Order: sequence, then C-alpha cells, then structure tokens
Amino acid sequence: MTSLAITSPKPAARLDRFSLGLLGAGALLFAAVLVYGGYLLTVMQLAMIYGIFCLGLNFFMGYTGQASFGQNAFACIGGYGSAILCVQYNWEPALALIASMGVAGIAALVIGYPTLRLRGHYLAMATFALGLITYDISVQWTSLTQGYMGYAGIPPLGIGSLTVEDERLKLLCLGGLLLVGFWISQRLRDSRFGRGLRAISGSENGAAALGIRISRFKLIAFVIAGLYASAAGSLFAHTVGFISPEVFGPQMVIVTFTMLYIGGVGTLIGPVVGAIVASLLPEIFRSTGRFQDIAYALVLLLMLIYAPKGLSALGALFRPRKDKGEA
Amino acid sequence: MALLKVKGLTKRFGGLLANNEIDLEVPQGSLFAVIGPNGAGKTTFFSMISGFLNSTSGSIAFDGRDTTRMRQDQIAAMGLIRTFQLVQLFKGMSVAENVEVGCHLATRGGVAAALLRPSWFRRQEAEVHERARELLDFVGLGAQADLDAELLPYGQQRLLEVARALASRPRLLLLDEPAAGLNTQETDGLAHIIEKINRQGTTVLLIEHDVGLVTRIAHRIAVLDFGRKIAEGTPDEIKVHPEVIAAYLGVEEAAYA
Ligand SMILES: Nc1ncnc2c1ncn2[C@@H]1O[C@H](COP(=O)(O)OP(=O)(O)OP(=O)(O)O)[C@@H](O)[C@H]1O
Ligand SMILES: [Mg+2]
Repeated sequence: MTSLAITSPKPAARLDRFSLGLLGAGALLFAAVLVYGGYLLTVMQLAMIYGIFCLGLNFFMGYTGQASFGQNAFACIGGYGSAILCVQYNWEPALALIASMGVAGIAALVIGYPTLRLRGHYLAMATFALGLITYDISVQWTSLTQGYMGYAGIPPLGIGSLTVEDERLKLLCLGGLLLVGFWISQRLRDSRFGRGLRAISGSENGAAALGIRISRFKLIAFVIAGLYASAAGSLFAHTVGFISPEVFGPQMVIVTFTMLYIGGVGTLIGPVVGAIVASLLPEIFRSTGRFQDIAYALVLLLMLIYAPKGLSALGALFRPRKDKGEA
Repeated sequence: MALLKVKGLTKRFGGLLANNEIDLEVPQGSLFAVIGPNGAGKTTFFSMISGFLNSTSGSIAFDGRDTTRMRQDQIAAMGLIRTFQLVQLFKGMSVAENVEVGCHLATRGGVAAALLRPSWFRRQEAEVHERARELLDFVGLGAQADLDAELLPYGQQRLLEVARALASRPRLLLLDEPAAGLNTQETDGLAHIIEKINRQGTTVLLIEHDVGLVTRIAHRIAVLDFGRKIAEGTPDEIKVHPEVIAAYLGVEEAAYA
C-alpha cells in the first residue's frame, strides 16, 4: 500500500478561510452599525448578547450533541439576579453579574445531575419544562420578581463611578465581551476536554469505551451553557435597563435555536455568525412593511434547505476535495 | 499470570441464554481468540467484560481486581479497551481527531487546564497530535489524517478504530471482528498489525469469524456455541476438535437448508 504524502506537517488550521471571511463580514457589519448609529445600535447590542447565549448553548447542543430547550431558565436567573441585586440591594453591576452566574452554575449542576440521565426527546422535554417552570416562577413569585411588572431602572455595567451609558460604548463593550466568550469557547473546544465533548456527540459508546465519563462531561457542558446563558441574561438587564418575564420566556428558545442553526450548530463561529445574521435580517426586511415576517421566514427556509448545516459550514462547498490517498 | 479471569459468566436475555456459565483465563501477554458461529454470544461476552452489559451472574476479574459491576469508563481506565463490531467512529471529527480522543486516558487536564494552558498542557497537546499521526501511520492511514472520519471506506474505518483504541495505551485490547468487511489483502495487513501490537506487549483478546486468520495468529482459542464454551486450546488442538468441527459444519448445513 503506497500512501501519498499529502498530509500537511502542521496541525490543521482551527479556522478555515471561509470562517475567517464570515467573521470579517460580521466585524464589518458591527463597524458599520457603530458608525451609522440609531436604533440599529440596540439591534446589534442584542445580537452580541444573544451571541454570548448561543456560544454557551453550542457547548451543550453543538459539541456534546444534547438537546436543551430550557437554557432560557439560566438567562432568567442571570437577568433577575442582576436586577434584584442592583435595584433592591444596590450592588455593583459587575459583581451582580458574577454572583448571578454563580447561582446559575449551581442551579445547572443541581438540575443537570438528575436530568441528564435522560436522552433525546425526554431530555428535550425535561429541559423545556425547566424553562417553563422558571418562567412561571418569574411571573408568580411577585415579592421577589415583581411579576409581570418586572424590574426597571437596572443600572448599566461599569466599574465604580465609571459607567457605560453611551449606546455606542455599550455596543463596543458587549462586542468585547462576546470576543472574550468566543475566545474561551475556542480554547475549551480545542483541548482534551473539548474533544471529549465532541466524541460524545459522535458516539457515546465509542467515547465510554475510551474512558470518557459521559455523564460528567455532559454535566460540565450543561453548566458551561448555563454560565454563558446567565451572563447573557445579566447583560440584557444592564444593557436595556428593564426586564420582565417575557424577555426570558419560551420565545427566547426559538430565537436562539434559529440563530444557532443559521450559524451552524457545533461549529466554532456558528453562534456568533448566527446571532448577528438572525438579528439583522428582520431589520433588512423592515422596508417590506407588512410582508416583513413572511420575507424573514422565507429566507430562513431557504437557508435551512441550502445550508442545512448553517452558514459557517458552507465553506466546505468551496474547499477543494481532499485526495483519499489511494485510488 | 492471568490478566483477565472470567468465572461462570452468564447473560440471560428473557428466555435466551446468550452466555451460559463461561469460564475463561487470558494470560498476560497472550494473543487470545474467541470464535463461534453467528449468535453464539461472542459480542455479549465482550460487552460484559468491558462493562457495557451487566451480567446475570458470574464474575470478572481484570488485573486481580473484581470489575464485575464497574462502569465502562472505570474499566477502560484500568487499561481494558474494546472496539465494536459495528464501528463507533466519532462523526463530525477528522480521522486524526478520532485518534486524539483515544489519547484521553493517557493524558490529563480538564476545563481549567484548557483555559489556562500551562506549559505541560501545551506540551501534552503537541504530543497528542504527534502520537495520533504515528498511530495512523502504524495502521496505514497516515495519508487520510485530515479527512472526515465518516468519509473513510468501511475497511479503513475498522483500522481507525484499532488505532484509536491503541492511543489509550491499553493493557488488554478487545477486538470485536476487526476483519469484518476487509478484503483478503487488508485482512493480511490487519493480522500483521495485531501480531505487532501483541509483540509490543499488549495482551489481545480477539473475536473473529475468519477461522483461517485466527488459527494463523492466535496463541490460544476458545470456541463459543449457543452461549456455551464448547472448547479451548491451541490452534492445532481446535482445528481437530470434533465439537468445533460439528458446530461449524452445523452452521454450513443450516446455511444450505
Ligand atoms: N440486547 C440484546 N437483547 C436481546 N437479545 C440479544 C441482545 N444482544 C444479543 N442478543 C442475542 O443474544 C445472542 C448472542 O448475540 P451476540 O451478539 O453476542 O452473538 P455473536 O456471537 O457476537 O454473533 P455475531 O457473530 O453475529 O456477531 C443472539 O441470539 C442475539 O440475538
Ligand atoms: Mg458479535
């Protein structure tokens, strides 16, 4: 058997050119919005926040290949944690964000431990119930959450007396935080830990046979997703200044799923690309007036048909087919 | 010394006795084979040893420790690594990455190490990449390293599974029909690889349908039929064993019926 020496000596690049191009396009859009200003600033701010949420979701749904329809529960913990700690107890926003993440992480650990024994549809149902329960609590426990009224006057992020009030500055900060989140996700993915997660989504039996502790890895991925979601929830509260139960309701699940699937579930850049594209698309169709929703749905459908693995997987189409080594 | 010691191992699926009171001792350093007709209970036997199935009764000791009720990953961590009759590749990962996952037990570090990347971790990652390439070269898949694992032809997927199992530096390697789906040339290559693995010090327990292959490379053979161990001995003893001949002829007769 003659093996042709076509293997590159250096390890494969983490990001191919197409992904880098997509990220570049995202950065250009970001810059354009920053210059243009107006209400698009808010749209882009939310895109950054959703991007952070989706980066976490991607750990559990993408790399590990498990279904969670209840990640909004942890965003809810983050958002309300920030609101309650800052409005009722005058905490520093940054501290409130971190403390809420702690609570969300512990909640994910406690909830995930029994729940993650379930698989497939059952896991999806259980996590969906989790989101509904949290939503119900945020509506019913009025002494803590103020029910439908929600919380207003949540202070913006900042350190000490330095607060980020300007909308452009807010967007820049959120963009920076998204980059930090992205950097962390890349480090975790390309490691012994990340390979273990991806092995689980490839074949649980195969992974277990190589000594990977399936339930533990799933649980850690679930907690990571919960931490990202909580941070996103807190950032929403500090950016918009107002939260109510609806913000973290079931429609958040739909929105973030759309983003993750548009961008490419299980890919490194998918969550970021998906969040930006899915946030800006409806704005582009705004000019079509009452056909806005239809146009948006149509484009989503076309994307799912022609790019079922998401935008960031489209790069494979342009890549030259690799030689199989032997004829 | 016996590296693996199985006593009275029994598995019942409802009314079916898939494994019936099987005793087996696999000596350290040997190349041991389990053969038997379709449905004899070979895979069931492997699944119990590797912790993927709980036995109905009986005991399993690996390296002097009772592993009868241990989890798959605990058994794997002791150095008992299996492959699957139906290949269990990691879809969505490249050929090289599949082998890198195999290095899991031979390496350390979790979330914190991945984030902070201390120098030992970076060195380890580099070693993992290098080891994956070496093992792929060893099984003859060096040229396919960057390919999506799913795109490999079936025979090469089997070889990849062997390379991946080797990456964890097993002490006992269980191979479930590694030659299934391979052509004669590929089977010869595989036989060569298995012998080499064994010579380098890894004890091998092999399930195989291809009696020719097994009698050529195995030191010792156990024969299963209808869940029972009907014979055990050296290849020469097995070849002339009346019950074994009957079991295999029985299969052939049934095939003509
Ligand atoms: N999970 C299961 N539930 C019920 N019956 C099973 C199960 N697994 C195996 N069996 C049955 O147990 C018997 C032994 O199966 P096993 O797969 O161990 O045989 P085998 O020797 O590996 O056969 P082959 O050579 O075809 O791989 C078969 O009759 C099979 O149908
Ligand atoms: Mg079998």
